[in-house]
Amino acid sequence: MTTVTLTRAGPGITVQDLGRRGYISQGLSRGGAADRTALLAAAALLRQEVTAALELPPSPLALRANGPLRFALTGSERAAQVEGNRLAWNGSHRLAEGETLTLAAGTGGYAYVSFGGGLATPIRLGSRAAHLAAGIGAPVETGDELLLGPDGGDAADLVLEAERTASAALRLLPSAHTALFPEDQIARLQETTFTRDPRGNRQGIRLTQDGAPFGTEGQLSLLSEIARPGDIQITGDGSPMLLGPECQTTGGYPRIGCLHPDDLPRAMQTPPGATLRLSFVPLDEATWQGEDDILRDMRARTAPRIRDPHDIRDLGAYQLISGVTTGETA
Amino acid sequence: MQSATDTSDAFPRLTPLGIDGLLVTFADRLDEAANRAALAFRSAVDDEGWEGMIETATSLASTFIAFDPARLNRETLAERLRKLLGTRDWFAADLPTGRRRLTIPVSFEGDHAPQLDEAADLAGLTRAQAIEEICARPVRALALGYAPGQAYLGELDAHWNIDRQRDLTPRVETGALVTAVRQLIVFATTTPTGWRQIGMTRFHGFRPDDPDRPIVLAPGDEVRFTPVSAAELEALCAPEGGVTLEDIA
Repeated sequence: MTTVTLTRAGPGITVQDLGRRGYISQGLSRGGAADRTALLAAAALLRQEVTAALELPPSPLALRANGPLRFALTGSERAAQVEGNRLAWNGSHRLAEGETLTLAAGTGGYAYVSFGGGLATPIRLGSRAAHLAAGIGAPVETGDELLLGPDGGDAADLVLEAERTASAALRLLPSAHTALFPEDQIARLQETTFTRDPRGNRQGIRLTQDGAPFGTEGQLSLLSEIARPGDIQITGDGSPMLLGPECQTTGGYPRIGCLHPDDLPRAMQTPPGATLRLSFVPLDEATWQGEDDILRDMRARTAPRIRDPHDIRDLGAYQLISGVTTGETA
Repeated sequence: MQSATDTSDAFPRLTPLGIDGLLVTFADRLDEAANRAALAFRSAVDDEGWEGMIETATSLASTFIAFDPARLNRETLAERLRKLLGTRDWFAADLPTGRRRLTIPVSFEGDHAPQLDEAADLAGLTRAQAIEEICARPVRALALGYAPGQAYLGELDAHWNIDRQRDLTPRVETGALVTAVRQLIVFATTTPTGWRQIGMTRFHGFRPDDPDRPIVLAPGDEVRFTPVSAAELEALCAPEGGVTLEDIA
């Protein structure tokens, strides 16, 4: 087991895993990674189960390995380098003892740094995930030394072909209050191009739109009802708010629909200023890909990284063409 | 799309919450019997232990079931739920056993109660009458939600049916006593809210570092508020906040 020292940690970086199940009745939402597929991708690239990882909002990170380790870079792409050499995104790599990995700040979305053996930070209520809205854990800070779990694997230098960036509308399913909204609003919701507002975090993301606000009759006196990550909540000003993994477990604002869980990671990765659209799909036509299925697919899509010579450190130490001679015949 | 939602006015009513959730609703307004029904029905669903269920919960008047659609078909689950609903009158169910009563000191003075006058006015009461009514009898933890360990307490008399504010209060501290829609909440976190702050306690309902009981209240527990001065409150320490506990059932 080894540790990493964070030599530079920008604001809002937290430890995240797949979160906590079984606490909704006590008011604690699942939490966990904003982009679960990024943790699944890291597991595929490191040939291990899903582990706790560092989740980076657009802030920068530098960390030093205090022993040899493997790591994977997934989620929203950043410029990443080790000792001046750029690293492939959606890839697994190695760090030697004393080497430093640096990730530049991003412009939006969440990047993930996962480790062979995973982060071994303390488990609270069954998970290592910080849940800042609930007061569990805190962002990591410059100078923190984080323990890694025992790494039983050896795979590295794998890449995962990034899926084509989908521009299709995010799939919506009915939720608690869908039936309370008049049909013209349900139609308008699906015709509207929304902009991801700068106001947003792991609890939720505000969406803005040109045109009339959305709302239902009597929405200020609705009975509070179960709320879930992915719900599209209509707040007092008539703009939708997409609830994130750290959302409240109940809420009194009406929910016009709920995102398909497979589309929530893409929604959470939408950078400020980008647009998105919403489209209802009939419940009996909605297909479902569970986390186990996604991970199995990703494992099958990983491949050895074909290295660009420019990326190879200390190129002169490699014998590039075996069997090359001086050209003189013996 | 609308056909996927049961729009009949009859209760109990099944509503899908996304692809992997079902809600069994016993009333669309605050109702003591519906709250008991939701608690009892959740307990019965838990006892069934159907393969593919992930977790269950209750809100004020509903039972929520999260499931894995790969292992449990929604229509199959809905059919089982309807059958279970038909086995008895859930509105006549008893409250769960193992319940406790907490007596929580609360200050209604000064900065501790910035919106008490406004809330009392909306309820048609004087400030003194409002305090007296809030402390007159125990209220029940109807559901836990919004934040961990945070209980929706009720219900208050009908004149306390105050709407939430249209604009959120940007920040209310942990321990704040707030009200809306015939209910009281002692906030378990520091958060923005549409509810009006009418008092302050030192009780913290969520203690993530307590391995034995991180969440103090359970649905069905009772809370009684007892007024103290601002100075007396300042002398109390979180997370206990001077709370006394007794078993009631």
